[in-house]
Amino acid sequence: MTLPIVEAKLGEPSLAIDPALTVEWLVAFLRDEMIARRGIERAVLGLSGGIDSAVVAYLCARALGPGNVYAVRLPYRRSSPSSLSDAQTIADALGINLETIEISAAVDGYLQYAPDADARRQGNVMARMRMLVLFDQSARRNALPIGTGNKTERLMGYFTWHADDTPPVNPIGDLFKTQVWALARHLGVPSRVVDKAPSADLEANQTDEGDLGITYAKADRILNLVLLGYRDDAIAARGFTRDEVRLVRGRVDRTHWKRHLPTTALLSSTAINEFYLRPVDL
Amino acid sequence: MSGTVQCALVQSKPRKGDVPANLAAMRDAFVQLQDAPVDLIVFPEAALTGYFLEGAVYELAFGATELAARVDREWRAAGGDGRRVDVVLGFYEKFGGTYHNSALYVRCGAADGVHVVHVHRKMFLPTYGIFDEERFLTRGRHLGVFETAFGRGAILICEDAWHALMPTVAALKGARLLIVPSASPGRGLCGEDGLESNTRWKTLLASAAAEHGVYVLYCGLTGFEGGKGMSGGTCAFSPHGQLLVSAGPLEPCIVRVALDEAEIEIARATLPLLGDLSAVLPDLWLDDEIPIARRLEEAT
Repeated sequence: MTLPIVEAKLGEPSLAIDPALTVEWLVAFLRDEMIARRGIERAVLGLSGGIDSAVVAYLCARALGPGNVYAVRLPYRRSSPSSLSDAQTIADALGINLETIEISAAVDGYLQYAPDADARRQGNVMARMRMLVLFDQSARRNALPIGTGNKTERLMGYFTWHADDTPPVNPIGDLFKTQVWALARHLGVPSRVVDKAPSADLEANQTDEGDLGITYAKADRILNLVLLGYRDDAIAARGFTRDEVRLVRGRVDRTHWKRHLPTTALLSSTAINEFYLRPVDL
Repeated sequence: MSGTVQCALVQSKPRKGDVPANLAAMRDAFVQLQDAPVDLIVFPEAALTGYFLEGAVYELAFGATELAARVDREWRAAGGDGRRVDVVLGFYEKFGGTYHNSALYVRCGAADGVHVVHVHRKMFLPTYGIFDEERFLTRGRHLGVFETAFGRGAILICEDAWHALMPTVAALKGARLLIVPSASPGRGLCGEDGLESNTRWKTLLASAAAEHGVYVLYCGLTGFEGGKGMSGGTCAFSPHGQLLVSAGPLEPCIVRVALDEAEIEIARATLPLLGDLSAVLPDLWLDDEIPIARRLEEAT
């Protein structure tokens, strides 16, 4: 008699999240980090009209109350009008404060001295200008700037160093993009914002997935396996091409520096963060 | 041991590095506990300071005797003067020339003064990923079993309880109660019971309780420390491995549970695994094939 064979499938660590628990966790995080630790009850964030800042706005509104959330639209003259209207939709849905501060004059004020700046350099100037404004607006309102970068873009190095990554508190930085999508649906972010193609909106017709050369759905699964220590062949065996695996791992490997503070020459046995070690919250 | 023992597990949320504020919060909990019978009060690991201290551990460490006197003062100031209670508290310990992640078992409130019953020094210091304990601390070398308010017991601090051998050794040495102060950063957002890390904890603790027929009291720190959320989850397991009570991950609270001596006898009579282990233990322990370092050194 031939016995039936029951075969195990190739396992893959899940990226599923419990969105209700995640929201509860992140709301507690914001309250502890802002109010309990720093005594600051107001948040300032750039509201781009995209899903990341939308999710952070929803979380801040729950944690602090809508009246304590100050969202800022920071358009450059080439920014998409639909981004502005999407940001307005989010602010209206939440009842948070919304202000628009055009950065064109400030950005162009510098760029007139940099006529050779290509699109990448221009985009970096815009990103850094936006962060300058957010920090100043935070000082104006006795608030804390809140970060909106997700784990996927942090790992892929798909952000401007000392710009998008600068705010001292970030609730979604350990969530992959696909997890941010799941959270957005749970939070009730308008479907127009959830379903549109993610874009940094620094150049016309720009999309994240076009820039990255891979979909977020694939990138997130590969990133998760890379972080857990799987080798390329083991990752490819889970349904990816070698080129996809190389693309993702390559971006991670080339951008470790973007996830660190500046490199400081060590000269003593009291070097800060090398020998002299203290936690951020002491 | 005396029949039923009333326990209170204080899932606390310390202010980082602020010992006076955390002692004041301890006194508040003591005040709250004056209204009902309580024999044993447990606080989490590093309850006096918060968990992630890095180099500041040397500035915020206490001697056990000094700390015991302060805990006793707080208990008496809270209205417990003349009312005996046992308190377990996780703290960073200055011990001679070394520093440890320790838990104090102290008898407070008695007419004859304060009495340090036991100090357990954490043996398994996690030093991987976000954990860096052995960079700053020295590990303990002894798993002690001592007389608690509920007969013989042992303290296992956090990772101590992740190694199945630890509850086993404690039970073999006569422990009927395992007290587990912990500071566990929550990870994994899709566990069967919420956080994956808390699901893992409950699986481990239930298994230890059921295998050895012991009560297990787990007391978890809560609150965020630099983005890392301590996952609370304070709970208690019966000697049958049943979950008796469980707190959520995020809010400070006091968990109350009564331990009944009779349950241990029933559990051990129903499932005499500890007795079986005692009988087989010499064959396992004396197995020359077990790669114990000291034995290997002697052989070479």
